[in-house]
Amino acid sequence: MDKVTTVTGVAVPLRRSNVDTDQIIPAVFLKRVTKTGYDDGLFHEWRKDPQFILNRPEYAGARILITGSDFGTGSSREHAVWALRDFGFAAVISPKFADIFRGNAGKQGLLAGQVDEATVEQFWAELEASPGMEATVDLEARTVTVGNITAPFEIDDYTRWRLLEGLDDIALTLRDEQAITDFEARRESWRPTTLPAR
Amino acid sequence: MTTDSVSTTTDRPRTLAEKVWASHLVAEGAKGEPDLLYIDLHLVHEVTSPQAFDGLRLAGRPVRRPDLTIATEDHNTPTLAIDKPIAEPTSRKQIETLRANAQEFGIRLHSLGDVEQGIVHVVGPQLGLTMPGITVVCGDSHTSTHGAFGALAMGIGTSEVEHVLATQTLPLKPFKTMAITVEGELKPGVTAKDIILAVIAKIGTGGGQGYVLEYRGSAIRALSMDGRMTICNMSIEAGARAGMVAPDETTYAYLKGRPHAPEGADWDAAVEYWNTLRTDDDALFDAEVYLDANELEPFVTWGTNPGQGVSLSESVPDPATIIDANERAAAERALEYMDLAAGTPMKQIPVDAVFMGSCTNSRLDDLRAFTSIIKGQKKAEGVRVMVVPGSARVRLEAEAEGLDKIVEEFGAEWRFAGCSMCLGMNPDQLAPGERCASTSNRNFEGRQGKGGRTHLVSPLVAAATAIRGTLSSPADLLADGIAVDTEYTGVEGVSA
Ligand code: SF4
Repeated sequence: MDKVTTVTGVAVPLRRSNVDTDQIIPAVFLKRVTKTGYDDGLFHEWRKDPQFILNRPEYAGARILITGSDFGTGSSREHAVWALRDFGFAAVISPKFADIFRGNAGKQGLLAGQVDEATVEQFWAELEASPGMEATVDLEARTVTVGNITAPFEIDDYTRWRLLEGLDDIALTLRDEQAITDFEARRESWRPTTLPAR
Repeated sequence: MTTDSVSTTTDRPRTLAEKVWASHLVAEGAKGEPDLLYIDLHLVHEVTSPQAFDGLRLAGRPVRRPDLTIATEDHNTPTLAIDKPIAEPTSRKQIETLRANAQEFGIRLHSLGDVEQGIVHVVGPQLGLTMPGITVVCGDSHTSTHGAFGALAMGIGTSEVEHVLATQTLPLKPFKTMAITVEGELKPGVTAKDIILAVIAKIGTGGGQGYVLEYRGSAIRALSMDGRMTICNMSIEAGARAGMVAPDETTYAYLKGRPHAPEGADWDAAVEYWNTLRTDDDALFDAEVYLDANELEPFVTWGTNPGQGVSLSESVPDPATIIDANERAAAERALEYMDLAAGTPMKQIPVDAVFMGSCTNSRLDDLRAFTSIIKGQKKAEGVRVMVVPGSARVRLEAEAEGLDKIVEEFGAEWRFAGCSMCLGMNPDQLAPGERCASTSNRNFEGRQGKGGRTHLVSPLVAAATAIRGTLSSPADLLADGIAVDTEYTGVEGVSA
């Protein structure tokens, strides 16, 4: 997982709240066998509408999504985070995230920062006034800057640390690798092994 | 902090689950953080593993312990014409991906056509890989099955599968413990399946949330390993993290001589340790539930979750009598989906299909129980009856006893091993509106096929239902004057 310190890029004002994971990526995409390549599934139904914001050329290459409250509710599918990431988003800003989504995001290196509702409204107004404008999410300073507005965002310390260090769950565990190896050395010989079959 | 010995003992009295947990601690979590537990056995199948392997590939990580990992094909496999390519593209793709991943990462795989292929939770025990005092995980919620051996066995998600593949460990938050004590003697015709359906009806589908359940008491001790697996299998339907039974002579007798069971001095050392895997006499559980085995009757579900069940001799309940508003609404919805009227005697409900299989009830004992009832009978007209052994080996063992012939003479279908109509990922599905008596574990809407209606039952009830065409128990057959050979079920002479 790459380290995240600052994300700068085109920001998309998504004026919708209660965006559940089915809207982020519908269930049919769950049949796939890979962990990447879900960009085509992101907001799949909405993108059928040519006027949908992500279809507008000004927002090409967007990296920051600024959305309404209760983002990522519903099914726990990690594909929702994969789809955002594969589409190019590195940060999502919302007044409130569903817990499971926020957890999944932290694990996959997608920055999910909480900013109060009124500030999100201001961001939207700014971005809508100049479509395609860039914004900056500074994880070190815990601030989001859109145009002239800079506001703090909330993220728990542990997730922030993981993102700054670029540690996924596995990398975190492997910091205990010596303890794992020690454990294996004292594992009794009667315990099962799958190879070779007698 | 790390522990010094895998079999650490402390002075505090502990439950079985706590002992197994403590003996797998790689690192203790700081306040509020999960402990890191070592995983002895990782079972893999085609549905929940592809992204995990892809994640390893993306990060350039190997599988840490291929020798503690084993894979089988089960959820998508056809149960007819298994020598032909799989027709459905998604199913075919998942199976092909598992084969490629097993090859690339050096994991032992039992493919369709192999004698050890079958439902992942049937394969582990039959190979002797599942044993007391170990930790078992699999990307499947019914991993709780393996707890029947006194193992701590948990279902995990795909990202956890990747974590275990890469590290052979899992960060886990401690759990609470619940004792489920079933004392007494089961009446003839009452089985392990009826015990667990009654437990879930009693504590509810969320009643076990956050708990590891330990099944205890004389009725549990009297069960075969196959019966104990049936019970532990459905722990997850009560919302529990896992279910366990302390190992005993029944466990050891089952294990001894299996391909991966310890031998010689290892066996002796293992048994000595396994004998310590009992909940200490004065250990405290966080919750306790009691069930009187003498009172139990064959159980059957009427609704769309496994907690919506009654004794077969009862009637479809009236939602109006349910006090809790949410439960009442759920019951009303369930009855609508199931197309059942409150007050209908369960035994008057006709079925279109009978499914005998799934990781709950597809082992040799289950097939023996089922065939002991249908032997020499003919299935009810118009009822489709499908018998699906849990593994290719179970199928062979059953055939060696001539059970396939009994099934075929009865007019039922004898299929190849797999999950089959338990969830209808393969072509074995109910048609919309079809009603099925099923020995599986989930009666959710559409689980066995879109619009299909499921009644969860034991193999004995499935068999009697297949003969009479309506939900029935073996006792009903006797009342009809149908003689049943009851060698394996103890139903003989029953008149109740
Ligand atoms: S038989 Fe059913 S419950 Fe068991 S593993 Fe297969 S699909 Fe899951």
